Amino acid sequence: MAEKLMKYSEAVKKYDVVFGLETHVELCTNTKLFCPAHIEFGGEPNTQLTPVSLGLPGSLPVINQTAVDYAIKLGLALHCEINEWSQFARKNYFYPDMPRNYQISQYDKPTNGNGYLDVELEDGTVFRVPIERAHIEDDAGKNTHVGGADGRIEGADHSLVDYNRAGVPLIEIVTKPIEGAGDRAPEIAGAYMRAIRDIVRALGISEARMEHGNMRADVNVSLRHSPSDPLGTRSETKNVNSFRGIEKTMQYEIRRQAAILDDGGEILQETRHWDEASQATAGGRVKSDADDYRYFPDPDLVMLHITKEHIAEIDAQMPEMPRERRNRLQGEWGFNATEMRDIVNADALDLIEATVEAGATASGAKKWWLGELSREANAKGVSLEELSITPVEVADVEKLIADGKLNDKLAKQTVAGVLAGEGTPAEVVEKHGFKVVSDDGALEAAVVEALDANPDIVEKLKGGNMKPMGAIIGAVMRATRGQADAKAVTKIVMEKIKG
Amino acid sequence: MAMPTFTREEITHLGELSRIALTETEIVRMQGELNTIADSINKVQQVATADVQPTANPVPLEAYLRPDEAEKPLTQEEALSGAPVKEDGMFVAPRILGEE
Amino acid sequence: MTNATEIVKLTAAEMGEKVRNGELSSRELVQAHLDVIEAAEPTIKAFLKVSSDEALEQADAFDKLSADEKAAMPELAGVPIAVKDMIVTKGIETTAASKILEGWVPPYDSTVVERLKAAGMPILGKTNLDEFAMGSSTEHSAFQNTANPWNTGCVPGGSGGGSAAAVAAFEAPLALGTDTGGSIRQPGAFTGTVGVKPTYGGVSRYGAIAMASSLDQIGPATRSVLDSALLYEIIGGHDLRDSTSIPAGPRPAAAAAREGARRDLKGMKVGLIREISGTGDAFEPEVTAHFNACVKMLEDMGAEVIEVSVPRIDYSLGAYYIVMPSEASSNLARYDGMRYGLRVMPPAGVPQTAANMMSATREAGFGDEVKRRIILGTYALSAGYYDAWYGSAQKVRTLIIDDFNKAFEQADVLVCPTAPTTAFEFGSKIDDPMAMYVNDIATIPANLAGLPAMSIPSGVASNGLPTGFQFVAPQQKDEVMYKAAAALEAALEDSWNGPVWQKMNTPWLDGLGA
Repeated sequence: MAEKLMKYSEAVKKYDVVFGLETHVELCTNTKLFCPAHIEFGGEPNTQLTPVSLGLPGSLPVINQTAVDYAIKLGLALHCEINEWSQFARKNYFYPDMPRNYQISQYDKPTNGNGYLDVELEDGTVFRVPIERAHIEDDAGKNTHVGGADGRIEGADHSLVDYNRAGVPLIEIVTKPIEGAGDRAPEIAGAYMRAIRDIVRALGISEARMEHGNMRADVNVSLRHSPSDPLGTRSETKNVNSFRGIEKTMQYEIRRQAAILDDGGEILQETRHWDEASQATAGGRVKSDADDYRYFPDPDLVMLHITKEHIAEIDAQMPEMPRERRNRLQGEWGFNATEMRDIVNADALDLIEATVEAGATASGAKKWWLGELSREANAKGVSLEELSITPVEVADVEKLIADGKLNDKLAKQTVAGVLAGEGTPAEVVEKHGFKVVSDDGALEAAVVEALDANPDIVEKLKGGNMKPMGAIIGAVMRATRGQADAKAVTKIVMEKIKG
Repeated sequence: MAMPTFTREEITHLGELSRIALTETEIVRMQGELNTIADSINKVQQVATADVQPTANPVPLEAYLRPDEAEKPLTQEEALSGAPVKEDGMFVAPRILGEE
Repeated sequence: MTNATEIVKLTAAEMGEKVRNGELSSRELVQAHLDVIEAAEPTIKAFLKVSSDEALEQADAFDKLSADEKAAMPELAGVPIAVKDMIVTKGIETTAASKILEGWVPPYDSTVVERLKAAGMPILGKTNLDEFAMGSSTEHSAFQNTANPWNTGCVPGGSGGGSAAAVAAFEAPLALGTDTGGSIRQPGAFTGTVGVKPTYGGVSRYGAIAMASSLDQIGPATRSVLDSALLYEIIGGHDLRDSTSIPAGPRPAAAAAREGARRDLKGMKVGLIREISGTGDAFEPEVTAHFNACVKMLEDMGAEVIEVSVPRIDYSLGAYYIVMPSEASSNLARYDGMRYGLRVMPPAGVPQTAANMMSATREAGFGDEVKRRIILGTYALSAGYYDAWYGSAQKVRTLIIDDFNKAFEQADVLVCPTAPTTAFEFGSKIDDPMAMYVNDIATIPANLAGLPAMSIPSGVASNGLPTGFQFVAPQQKDEVMYKAAAALEAALEDSWNGPVWQKMNTPWLDGLGA
């Protein structure tokens, strides 16, 4: 049964949106949070386990130093207060993918509390998202449902459990209720998630690949009539695993809840999930006292002590954060804000930076990556990174142009050759004999021929009308099979006319 | 806080929460036993005033942090050696109802 | 020396010495004990599993070592040992005396078992206990009742009744136990043996099946104080796999025990714990009488005896019966029919789901006492009651620790009877959980405060059953109690003209002589 939805524009006009995000980021440590089992994506099932991560009787957890350091890094990046003493607690609930039937997670004493993240939107607006906490916890295993349609839980006959993922370290970043976002709430949610992804990648603490489940979010949405009202009842949409999904979940929940409230109904406090197929959130479980997780300090672990000195050590090694880096590069490259956003949206920042480092000008690098190469990537349906041309090769082509050895047309053919796997730019040029004709008699002859064939153009040029120059250059290019240097052609034409 | 009393409903609920399918007989018997025990342990509240710090671990230690170095894992055969039911290198769970 | 009866009546230290000087091989030691086990088990039933083949294999491997290699090993090298079935042994079935784990063969060794193996100590088998160590009589074992070797109609105490009975009956010279509220010490008192709970964190818990993590501690069950000290030094010391393990080596217990055997306690202050010094109604008169006689002996050896107070000790039973079931309810959640052990599908008519399978498995696999504690612990941790119960109990722990700290400002070691009574008859308390719980009144405080404590035999009552005397020392001062206990043991044995077990009838050893 399709749910009643209010038009989005109407919903955000009538109601004030409050939302919150709980983002799970899987850390790319070598081993698990509480045991020395190596972590690898896509290994044979149940081969990345020690007695600890399989929850065998008698096994005990020991905290991974690197996971803690990664949490501190993230805490610093999110301007959090890093607590000198933090504690792991047990969150008790039964589920077949949980080896101990409790999750070890930080509860009332997390490592990171109280921070914020400034999120830049498409139009350059900066929105500050307040962070409640960023705590460390361990992941569960994976269930595969067998016997039902397309691996869905409904109608499945039984499930197969692989505990390889059990014990993989996660950081859960919890925002405070985000208010004042208005109709831009979904956009802010998406931009926040992208910013988190960029930060954890820049820190090197997670691969943050949503398609691998390295990153997923629970989206909480509630509505109220006015910002002065108390918070409304919220829904919690669990485990949304794409940026678009997060924005769509937000839009859908705003429209769904507005329709219910408009009809005088009540929002159920429930967990829901985003269904990509129907582009809707579906109702899950109503919150009840079955959610009594019976948190208590894990008696197998003792207090985690993080000294100021250790935080300072990590702080000294912090890489530049993505937003600061963008601002710096924008200044260095002399682009305007729109140009910079285009670069970021095209995922070309790293590539352009590397191309510039290899000797190209910023505008030259941008021209290739956002022009010819973006079209090529689009056509092939791959990312820019996946194209078979490197930033160094792009810079080489730019250098050949600057040295007058290639013109634009030949440069494009050279790039096409590199993309086709014919070798480096130099090898492609060599193979095809690309050569700009600029100073020999052949060029002058071609110019003379072209002028002779177009006496009317010669008249115009003599009269000071330079517009038809292009036609002459075009004719010379045809005659030299594209190898003429346009500047040289112009120079000869001007001499002939004056002469 | 008032003396806790265990009602039948409460014990049934606790059985569900702790995944034990208690029988009627057990629930009735446990009700009597737990109320007797509760009476005698409830007095901890008398001295547990707000100014007292809780002790989670009797020997005050701070956590030792392990270097992020891998050790030999269990083989798949060892991991599955105790499995009541297994299939394709995995543990078999009966039908899972509920959410992911 | 080929007489099994003579061999098994040696102390473990003597056995170790005879192995070192070539009088006995480890294989001979193992075989002598296997012979006793075969003769005694029909009566005593201390073992859930006897690992004869593995033990003989380990003994042979040890016997093949060079003299130099043997000389570099601990004093107890080559001496066999029994292990409580609460402790994980690779390749040897480990059940915690529960149907829910029946048939489970662990793919790994606990740290203590690794250390025993490294010390060349063959493992004779796994001893009986109350299911998941929950009980004070071993009657809560899912598999069998273990008899008290002093009177087979009585319980051996619990939860480590199997380890204590095995040592008392000469089936093993040494055994390991786990002590959460007295599970090593109270069976020690009931069977006339020495039971020690080291300082919390002194012995690694890695591989000890968890009951209540903040209270559990592995320790030795032996027939002499020195044997206990030697075993403790082998299993004790820091372990990187246990976050609650103290980063230090074991305390110098053996040296302290040897010093104590000289029976000079001048300069030592012994504190009688006023609240549990044997004066209440709960204490049998002979328990109190033996206790007082022992205190006199300590005084005669030069100790200064004073009375100290641990005023909030009255709240320890309440705190214990909140903390212990709370932690146990969580620790035992993993037994759900998914990864190891028992699986029971729900009855017909009930949906065959994973959740219902777990509930059916746990209903069928756990015994009454375990279920009772899980339900109690689940309640104590639940949102509405956490502060009143679990939170309060944690605060009581703080108060009890404070009280003990003050007492230890006045005394070096504290003393009290180990248990208010001698061993009781089978079935006499099984239906009254509260009566069973009260039996642990004198042992529980040391677990709440993480203190080392030990029980040694203080005499035999007119009912023919032994009584126990308990020492409690400050954290990380285990050696102090070893010294005092060794002195008292020497004085007592002098007064008895030999070890307390000479007063015990051992019909199962008859006929083993030749």
